Amino acid sequence: MNFIALKMLVGNRARYLSIVIGLTFASLLITQQSAIFMGLMTRTFGFLTDTALPDIWVMDPKVQYIDDIKPLKETESIRVRSVEGVAWAVPLYKGLLKARLSNGTFQTCNVIGLDDETLIGGPPRMLQGKLSELRRSDAIIVNDIGAAGKLATVLPDGRRVPLKIGDTMELNDHRAVVVGICQVQRTFQSQPVVYTTYSRATVFAPRERKLLSFVAAKAKPGQDFHTLCQRICKTTGLAAYTKDEFKKLTIRYYMKYTGIPVNFGTTVVLGFIVGIAIAGQTFFSFTLDNLRYFGTLKAMGATDRVLLQMILLQAALVGSIGYGLGVGTASALGTLLGRTELSFLLTWQLLLVSASAVMVICAVSAILSMRKVIRLEPAVVFQS
Amino acid sequence: MADTDNIAVQCKGVTKTYGSGSTLVHALRGVDLEVRTGELMMLVGPSGSGKTTLISIIAGVLGRDDGECIVFGHDFRHMSHYEKTRYRGQNIGFVFQLFNLIPTLSAAENVAVPLIINGVKRREAIGRACEILSRVGLGDRTYSPPTQLSGGQQQRVAIARALLHNPKLIVCDEPTSALDHETGHKIMELLHDVAVGVDRALIVVTHDARIFEFADRIAKMDDGHILSVENSNYRLTNKKKN
Ligand SMILES: Nc1ncnc2c1ncn2[C@@H]1O[C@H](COP(=O)(O)OP(=O)(O)OP(=O)(O)O)[C@@H](O)[C@H]1O
Ligand SMILES: [Mg+2]
Repeated sequence: MNFIALKMLVGNRARYLSIVIGLTFASLLITQQSAIFMGLMTRTFGFLTDTALPDIWVMDPKVQYIDDIKPLKETESIRVRSVEGVAWAVPLYKGLLKARLSNGTFQTCNVIGLDDETLIGGPPRMLQGKLSELRRSDAIIVNDIGAAGKLATVLPDGRRVPLKIGDTMELNDHRAVVVGICQVQRTFQSQPVVYTTYSRATVFAPRERKLLSFVAAKAKPGQDFHTLCQRICKTTGLAAYTKDEFKKLTIRYYMKYTGIPVNFGTTVVLGFIVGIAIAGQTFFSFTLDNLRYFGTLKAMGATDRVLLQMILLQAALVGSIGYGLGVGTASALGTLLGRTELSFLLTWQLLLVSASAVMVICAVSAILSMRKVIRLEPAVVFQS
Repeated sequence: MADTDNIAVQCKGVTKTYGSGSTLVHALRGVDLEVRTGELMMLVGPSGSGKTTLISIIAGVLGRDDGECIVFGHDFRHMSHYEKTRYRGQNIGFVFQLFNLIPTLSAAENVAVPLIINGVKRREAIGRACEILSRVGLGDRTYSPPTQLSGGQQQRVAIARALLHNPKLIVCDEPTSALDHETGHKIMELLHDVAVGVDRALIVVTHDARIFEFADRIAKMDDGHILSVENSNYRLTNKKKN
């Protein structure tokens, strides 16, 4: 009976295509939007991904997420260093400073100041120059996307000349010389990232009593991170998180206090509704179209089980084709957009989510169709 | 009791109503009917007299309210939903007024459906469908979808479908009403030649007086009753011809 089910479906080209297109569209929308959402969410803690070395981040207890800087006293890094079980602890400056470009416009940069001695917390990948050159006077390292994008010089004819080694710029009225180009994870705000030393960062930064953003610490081998965090909290009165905890804290903040999840959630729900409305409804109408034939099969001895199997097979066919096309298109788009500013992270969990969504759409329409067919009196076949 | 051996269908006092309250319709008001094996019983009567209702009950696609209806020794009342469906699949052939051929299947596939429902492999079923299609003169149209066939050709496909699995009882509701006179005649000849056999029976519902001559007996219905059952002389005339 399977071939009959398939021929019934595929032979009705118009309905078949609209069901498949509806499901494709739904799974595309769901997959693509949630992948962009995931991409954006990982960007929120891009800095933590880049700064892989420290196990533990120490900060003001009121800090809610990574860009929520509540400065500490300079001495806190020494106090953290003295906590038992801490291998090392370095100060980190992280702040937004204004850069003045050669054409006179201003651009906000995400400035990161590294411990002068160790330069711990530097960029994960240097493209040009060396990290150690930060020790030269006025030295900064900028990220490639920033250098080629927002920090580039725009010529009168509109061409952009990327910032390169040896170029100078002004950070908060202080001279800065580019000594290297690095690559970092894209951040949420996609501002240019500027690395320098801690002491120079405090010079660049506006004068304030406290400037230390974070203390980044490493646990001694064999230390349990959680107990160490608790110990740091207790002795310093500061908040201490493992890297993963800090990431979660950041994501939770964005989930809770920004409209982003709602925005993407709406689109995903929209995709789902479109799927139900177009594909589900067309599938149901398709069954209604064929009710006379289902009735005929029933009269001719096809049991309810066989008829249900036919409908399930039809739903499974359109479901898997629609899902395949949708997810395929989504990842193709993702690859294409990978080179642009857009974030896109397609994980297997997301594939599972959109698969479930498509399955729910197909199941709902199949169940409604099955109910119709089960309730169908075979006597209808004699009605004209 | 020797008589019961050649009884295909035995109805006694069958009643059926549709709806309830003010919309209550008495479709059958106590129908007695006996159909013997080897005969073509024609059921005639004005519109709304209950012909379709009666054959639906006999074919087991509709439940009766009261009375008795035995088909080849089986009472559908005493069968489960599943058993009824399977009994229909194995023993009853249907020919519908509107043919009810699945438009996306070829002629041969349509004819093969009852065999496939009964578990015959697709390839074998379609092979046998092609054979029977040649017998009804459609050997060259086996791959055509119903939409590319004329009304008469579609009805022949429908008849082939009703015959292929060798059912004991074939019920036809207005099998010629969609056809012109000449085609209707051909279809009835075909039905009579291939469908009537010693151990099976055929019930044909019709309005169409032009095909009465093909009946062995004609039951006249009106307002939910059988008024009379008369012998027809089809066999006699035919026997004279041969
Ligand atoms: N499903 C139904 N619901 C309600 N009433 C019905 C239903 N089917 C038939 N009837 C009524 O039952 C009566 C008998 O109908 P039936 O279809 O058996 O007549 P018929 O002799 O086949 O008529 P026709 O020659 O027009 O096909 C009619 O009055 C009809 O209106
Ligand atoms: Mg009728």
